[in-house]
Amino acid sequence: MLLSGAQIVMEELLAHGVDTVFGYPGGAALDLYDALYEYSDRINNVMTAHEQGASHAADGYARSGGKTGVVIATSGPGATNLVTGIATAWMDSTPLVAITANVASHLIGRDAFQEIYITGITMPITKHNFQVSDASEISDVIRDAFRIAHSGRKGPVLVDITKDATIAKVEYEPRKPMDLPAPLCIDASDAEKVAELINEAQRPLFYCGGGVIASDATDWIRRIAAKADIPVCHSMMGAGVMPHDDPLNLGMVGMHGTVAANRAADECDLLLAVGVRFPDRVALSPKKFAPKAKIVHIDADRSELNKNVKVDMAIRCDILQAMEMLHEGVAEASHPDWMAKLADWKAVCSRDCPVGDGLDPCSLIAKISELSGPDAIYVTDVGQHQMWAAQYVHHNEPKHFITSGGLGTMGFGYGAAIGAKLANPGKRVVHLTGDGSFHMNFNEGCTAAKYKLPIITVLFNNRVLGMVYQWQTQFYGGRYSATEPERLTDFPKLAEALGVKGYAASTLEEFEACYRKALEEEGPVWIDCAIDRHIRVLPMIPGGGTVEDMITE
Amino acid sequence: MDTIQNSRKVISILVDNKPNTLARISSLVGRRNYNIETITASETHMPGVTLITLVVTDTDPDVLDQIVAHIEKLEPVREVHVMDSTGGLYRELLLLKVIVDKDARSSLVEIAEVYRAKIIDLSRSSMIIELTGEPSKLDGFMDLMSEYELVEVCRTGVTGMNRGM
Repeated sequence: MLLSGAQIVMEELLAHGVDTVFGYPGGAALDLYDALYEYSDRINNVMTAHEQGASHAADGYARSGGKTGVVIATSGPGATNLVTGIATAWMDSTPLVAITANVASHLIGRDAFQEIYITGITMPITKHNFQVSDASEISDVIRDAFRIAHSGRKGPVLVDITKDATIAKVEYEPRKPMDLPAPLCIDASDAEKVAELINEAQRPLFYCGGGVIASDATDWIRRIAAKADIPVCHSMMGAGVMPHDDPLNLGMVGMHGTVAANRAADECDLLLAVGVRFPDRVALSPKKFAPKAKIVHIDADRSELNKNVKVDMAIRCDILQAMEMLHEGVAEASHPDWMAKLADWKAVCSRDCPVGDGLDPCSLIAKISELSGPDAIYVTDVGQHQMWAAQYVHHNEPKHFITSGGLGTMGFGYGAAIGAKLANPGKRVVHLTGDGSFHMNFNEGCTAAKYKLPIITVLFNNRVLGMVYQWQTQFYGGRYSATEPERLTDFPKLAEALGVKGYAASTLEEFEACYRKALEEEGPVWIDCAIDRHIRVLPMIPGGGTVEDMITE
Repeated sequence: MDTIQNSRKVISILVDNKPNTLARISSLVGRRNYNIETITASETHMPGVTLITLVVTDTDPDVLDQIVAHIEKLEPVREVHVMDSTGGLYRELLLLKVIVDKDARSSLVEIAEVYRAKIIDLSRSSMIIELTGEPSKLDGFMDLMSEYELVEVCRTGVTGMNRGM
């Protein structure tokens, strides 16, 4: 059939199971949006306040729902506004297809109005990108884009289409989406060797990351851990790998990880690192990380192996299938001495409490967990509240903690929460944010209000840029440079102005009352919670340090 | 025997000749903070396939492995390998313009003969010399040339091939 380039984009989106896209129109994207108008019965276009919000929404949609997220923007500033969102998805390996319109091909390279070389800009933050100026290539390119985004280690792909290519009509034949390459199986002898190492180890430890979540291998990790009595710690991206109350769960490892997880990493004799990157926030001192252990690193991406930490055994393969094989190979075991040590470390409580009767982040999160039910999805921004959320939220399932781990993008949260809610309409979505981050993206309140998305935003408002403030307290002699903005923002009033319900709370009782009301609302709610600015995130291992440098009080 | 110096490694990359492929590779190398000395791209006998040759100065095997691993992930890349230091043949071409007076001319002609370089342009006041060979041979030639008044020098960067099948 004869279709325009823009119509072919829609056909390919449908062929890839896309029913929701996030985006914002513009001059070069007029024909793409005209096609969206035509296909509006099959493709829901969620229009955000800002393209950055749309990019984070597509990311949150993908992370929480498991499908590739799609974001559409116009040329020039529309495209550049996606850059932070694409970089966020890149760092956390989220499958994302970003479609940008560009100026007509005869204007490319002439600095036309709203022309930008977006394929050049996004080269280092995409798995691949395409510029298309011929309508007959669109079908192949979109198919390739979905294949690349969702295969191996997932990630973002950008497709830039010139306006004339969206207009031109060409013959189109519907085809099935491309087959994804078969997962790379672990070598049987490697699997045997790893199983042997596990069976011989006295103090084994799993260190699991986002790769476990992305490859749906959580169940197998849990089963291996139970069978071979292996405790599990996780990176922030690996939250949810173990049920919160499982005795084998040590929680998060790294800079703000638990005492138990960091001690365990320091003491273990076998570290099973699965789907992780050994970044500077976990292996703070790469040469001294897990110093007594044989390290086995299993990841889908060969370039992660021996990148940050030199390991004893590096295996590139599909994690899901490898864990399935490992489960078979490991013997039932128990390590009572190791477990006793871990129990001692787990008993150490390290957290900073407020002076007086102000709101305590830990109690606040406990209350939220209690009231939101076990299946709630938590979405965070970046900073202290993010660390408190990573530490105190009762993570039980994968894909229920959505946070910008690698890039640390302040302003990620609200857009991502909108995406998470649309991917999971039946689930409670809670957005945890700080006053610094929220000032960057609260404009998406208008989006949540317009689409009547019952997202509850809990604002940890300490009126400072808390994480930087904490570092200034600890390492810069209390020289608070640019971290006390002294803003006058009245969040409940601002909420009302955007069509959002707004509350404020300064005690736990007040908060509970607000939160209970929020749970009944059919649209978005913000709860502004006054937090003492002096409360730090603890424990903390300073950058470059080891477990011996851990600050616990 | 032709050998590339131990301080350099040659990485040979076969890529689909798609837009921006060279930019993708050089962007990657820049972003990951690897040191490259030269980069060349040329057509091959296979239609649509380009050979890119990188000469890197970092010879730490872990770093080399990282460079290869990252390059392999690029979509248009078909094949990457680090070439043998001893089993490979490497060539580079150099063009050099030098000021000549009566005294310099004969000594330059002599040097060119020793190096089997070609004099491809000669005027009253200048000479252009073309030299092809192993990078170390070009380095040696450049060392001698430092005594003369050079106007312009350009080197193509290294391209290479493993011996045998």
